[in-house]
Amino acid sequence: MTGWSALTASLMPHLMLAPIMLPLLTASLMLLLREERQRFKLGVNIASTLLGLVISIALLQWTHKAGAPTSMGVYLPGNWPAPFGIVLVIDRLSALMLVLTGVVALCSILFSATRWHRAGVHYHPLFQFQLMGLAGAFLTADLFNLFVFFEIMLAASYGLLLHGSGRTRIQSGLHYIAINLAASSLFLIGASMLYGITGTLNMADLARSIPQVAAVDRGLLHAAAGILATAFLIKAAAWPLNFWLVPAYGAATAPVGALFALMTKVGIYTLLRLWTLMFSSEAGASALFGGMWLIAGGLVTMAFGAIGMMGSQRLTHLAGFAAVLSSGTLLAALGFGQNVLTAGLLFYLPSSVMAVSALFLLADLIDRWRNDGATLAPYETDGDAPFLNAQLLPTSAHNLDEDEAALIGRVIPAATAFLGLAFLTCTLVIAGLPPLSGFVGKFAMLTALLNPLGLGSSAGHTPGVPGWALITLLIATGLIALIALTRAGITHFWASHDRPNPQLRVAEGVPIAVLLAACMVMTVQADSVMRFMQATAHSLHAPDNYVRAVMSAKPVPGPVTSGQPATTPEATRIPGASQ
Amino acid sequence: MEIVLAIAIGVFTGSGVWLLLRPRTFQVIMGLMLLSYAVNLFIFSMGRLGLSIDREPVLIEGVPQDLLHYADPMPQALVLTAIVIGFAMTALFLVVLLASRGISGTDHVDGSRARDLQEMP
Repeated sequence: MTGWSALTASLMPHLMLAPIMLPLLTASLMLLLREERQRFKLGVNIASTLLGLVISIALLQWTHKAGAPTSMGVYLPGNWPAPFGIVLVIDRLSALMLVLTGVVALCSILFSATRWHRAGVHYHPLFQFQLMGLAGAFLTADLFNLFVFFEIMLAASYGLLLHGSGRTRIQSGLHYIAINLAASSLFLIGASMLYGITGTLNMADLARSIPQVAAVDRGLLHAAAGILATAFLIKAAAWPLNFWLVPAYGAATAPVGALFALMTKVGIYTLLRLWTLMFSSEAGASALFGGMWLIAGGLVTMAFGAIGMMGSQRLTHLAGFAAVLSSGTLLAALGFGQNVLTAGLLFYLPSSVMAVSALFLLADLIDRWRNDGATLAPYETDGDAPFLNAQLLPTSAHNLDEDEAALIGRVIPAATAFLGLAFLTCTLVIAGLPPLSGFVGKFAMLTALLNPLGLGSSAGHTPGVPGWALITLLIATGLIALIALTRAGITHFWASHDRPNPQLRVAEGVPIAVLLAACMVMTVQADSVMRFMQATAHSLHAPDNYVRAVMSAKPVPGPVTSGQPATTPEATRIPGASQ
Repeated sequence: MEIVLAIAIGVFTGSGVWLLLRPRTFQVIMGLMLLSYAVNLFIFSMGRLGLSIDREPVLIEGVPQDLLHYADPMPQALVLTAIVIGFAMTALFLVVLLASRGISGTDHVDGSRARDLQEMP
């Protein structure tokens, strides 16, 4: 174990480029390969995703190992000092999101290995580009760079959403692309306004310069932050900006839906990162700006998600509304800006993402079982698939899957039991019932709302109206989610008896089991996970360390300039950029 | 100059938002393009010291190196990136638009054959 840590330490800070570069190189390699080499691409994809997960775990250990609040890696890709060049930063929160991405992506690609990856072209490169965009968004510390990584992520997600083609996917894809293009315009407006006011796009520099903004510019600054936040709230599926989500996620193929369950949390991550940096309690006149808006938006989103779950007939829609519900919960808890509450929401985040992803995968298996073994549900066959070239379908001539034939029809005896148990576990985590991790996360949030200073030391404290509203909604939405999921379970598992056993393949069961096992591990290891989340929340709410780490990062002296201090990047800075 | 630019941005944004809310896919894509023009112009106006008029874009010997004498390079870099990305996304949207038109037989954004079906050549 020490050798492992030493290896990570010796590779830092360059190792933190790997989550971006590895998918980029893998995707570029796979773009060069012909579509017939699907199995090779699949192998490369799985290997690359697995390696990415291992690297993310190493980075997570690296960020947490030091124990000091300042343990963050700063990388200057262009070797320019902080406010001028683009900066990549890894801290506990980034590393946590990277690991979560790795787990969900690995399960998703394993699941698609049985059939879905052959439903269209360029699935594997798009998948890797998606991972690259996600990793970049989690690692970057520059607002405009964030925009670029968002666009990479979105461009890949457009392709992945349309994967498999068909009428419903194209229709919902059209809406999805339109709203995301509009959101990108808002992002650009907000980012350029922030630049006009503060003269910087570096997140740490922004945090430093916001308390000094002149009073006359303060309103403009808040408008810019509001416009920027609207762009992120669209990604995070806050009501009333979330009507695109359920049709799009429901229409996507199952592994893509599972990956998309993570995508809404990118909006949450960005809000958490930028809001705690820019409008921390040390931000002078702008301290905690917009917190009430986040709380109110989150509360309405929670109610919307819960009502949507009650009204859903299809399992994929149920999973989509569950993603909305978890987004709303996170948003509302985020708006309070309380240290302990943030730790609770950080605990809730991974478990809810993994449970919703597992539910998307499960929905595919259950729907197939319900459709009596048919590959596609009836709703998917009423449109043509113009991009699905007949030559790409596996034929006996291509012989793509000779050993898969052995797998087909090998019925797992406990297939029905597995589906039922997995659905039950998803229900427990999403509804937040004991004993699983959803309960621990919700319980931590409830405790934090009632005792924000810790048990015993916050006597006499009463949560205000927003606090009571969140407590009520946390409990009420849990109950509604339980009712909705139980009803779906009854109709799918108990109501009909005269069906054959479901035909499952091992590669389809393993990803679901891994996702749910991760939730169980989080429950068993709740103490150490919670300590990690607490440390993450502490460093989030003390942005000074982040700012200091970024602004003090020194460029590496190059071989040419090492002897001549006059030509270091600091001396030849961009004219006027420091004003 | 500022007032001309401000009016241009306003007209582009207003028309863009109106078109974006129309029910035909072609109108939607036109609205998105107008919106991106408006955003690109807006980024230009958001340099430090406001909109730079009659200032040098590249370094010239003998001119003091500050923003009073040079155009702010940052919005230009941002605009270039935004144009490229916006262009690619619009092209992608066009493909999806055509696919939707081909698959549903109507250019309505919801692909519905409801009362507003218009014959297309």
